[in-house]
Amino acid sequence: MLEINGLTRTYGSHKAIADVSLQVADGELVSIVGPSGCGKSTLLRCVAGLLTPTAGRVVLNGTVVTRVPDRLGVVFQDYSRSLYPWLSVADNVALPLVRGKRRPADRRKAAFTALESVGLAGFAGRYPWQLSGGMQQRVAIARALAYDPVLLLMDEPFGSVDAQTREDLEDLVLRVRVERSITILLVTHDIDESVYTGDRVVVLSKGPGTVLAEVPVNLPAPRDQISTKELREFAHLRTEVSRLVRGTRQSPLPEPPLTHL
Amino acid sequence: MRRLAAPAAQLGVLIVVIAAWQLATGSGTSPYFLPPSAIVSFMYHQWFDGPASHLWLTSDATGNLLPSLGRMLVGLVIASLIGVAVGVAIGRVRVLAELAEPLVHFGRAIPPPVMVPFFLFLFKIGTPMEAASIAFGVVWPVLLNTIDGARHVHPGQLETARAFRIGPVQRLVRVILPAAAPKIFAGLRLGVAMALILMVVSEFQGATDGIGYEVANAQTTLDMSTIWGAIVFLGLLGVVLNLIFAVAERRALAWQRGSARAE
Repeated sequence: MLEINGLTRTYGSHKAIADVSLQVADGELVSIVGPSGCGKSTLLRCVAGLLTPTAGRVVLNGTVVTRVPDRLGVVFQDYSRSLYPWLSVADNVALPLVRGKRRPADRRKAAFTALESVGLAGFAGRYPWQLSGGMQQRVAIARALAYDPVLLLMDEPFGSVDAQTREDLEDLVLRVRVERSITILLVTHDIDESVYTGDRVVVLSKGPGTVLAEVPVNLPAPRDQISTKELREFAHLRTEVSRLVRGTRQSPLPEPPLTHL
Repeated sequence: MRRLAAPAAQLGVLIVVIAAWQLATGSGTSPYFLPPSAIVSFMYHQWFDGPASHLWLTSDATGNLLPSLGRMLVGLVIASLIGVAVGVAIGRVRVLAELAEPLVHFGRAIPPPVMVPFFLFLFKIGTPMEAASIAFGVVWPVLLNTIDGARHVHPGQLETARAFRIGPVQRLVRVILPAAAPKIFAGLRLGVAMALILMVVSEFQGATDGIGYEVANAQTTLDMSTIWGAIVFLGLLGVVLNLIFAVAERRALAWQRGSARAE
């Protein structure tokens, strides 16, 4: 159980998120969507314990998050920075396991199992930069999975890959989530993705981000890239979320020019 | 980068220059400019004409070349360890950087040869004094480059380490040092050049053996053969060291070239 209560974070005088409250049940996948600059990443970093909130708090399974909690996996958007180019794929996945598993053989085994579950068993000895973007993001997912997380935070994880790869990765996340019953917070700016993957879509307003609406997604499981997106319900949901996100956008008209300075 | 000149052409230029040198000096009219043939022959007899059991090194070579190389190695290793350790600390701890900055700028501004007389008093004549002089010259480029490298580790790489709770030791060894490695290597490459210079300078002043000592002696006895032999030997030594270094760097930083190409 993840509880976010009245979370506010400011940078100097700039308020990134204001009074965000959200509850996420165990095993739930909540997608967070909103216009750019709505503080999605700030919210995720506060939940991860990477940023200290200015006000409010994050409670994970009864414990207030003051630093990075145990068994928290993170997948960042920029895989080229979050994977270390000087480490092989296997070493990248195994590196965070040093704390939990003392024996190198155990770490190797856990890394290999995780790579297998994302379909990259044959690439353990390669280096990240020898792989395509989608494969690198799979490695990042494998690293998070090897860590055996109870909570997985994904910060626009598929924002830098092509559409086909994005769909494959979405399905990969849905699959491992069922296999492992992980709680997932997935930040995205893609409305289709938020509806397709989520049990619930949380729409944030333009900065400072607040929870504008929570849209429950009652699409049948398992989801399928073709048949789920054909459903009238899917179209209805994406329209609803789209309207909410658009409603928060600034008017597309340019602001009147300043006549006096 | 595309090569415009073929290796054969490079070799050709080298041969032409040496041949011209030989032609100009071969008659033996100048006491100062020795022909390459004489220099090579001198170097061979002076240093590399020894018994097979000594790897063909003469007693002059084992008595002068080896001590010089040993000092350079000791100085390089000491300076590299200090430079990298202090550099990472200064590069990663902001308050340390602010406190140490003026000191670092002062230290690196000192022309290293001026430290030789001081070390001569401190350590007396001998290897510790020369190693200290070499280390003083090498430490600054290594330190400055390490500071730069450690300071500019990409925030995303550090955030990942935090998010996965990678401990301080692993973070240093597996994240910060590799990220700073390209800069550290650049510093070491400058350091090798400094080491060569300070090896000679320190041996001019405070040694009873070594290649610098040999040259200083040759100067007082007007022994042009030894002077030319030392010039050629040191030039070649520099080339060889750079080569060894380039190979080591290529291996250690293979990931850097690979990821740069992928971007």
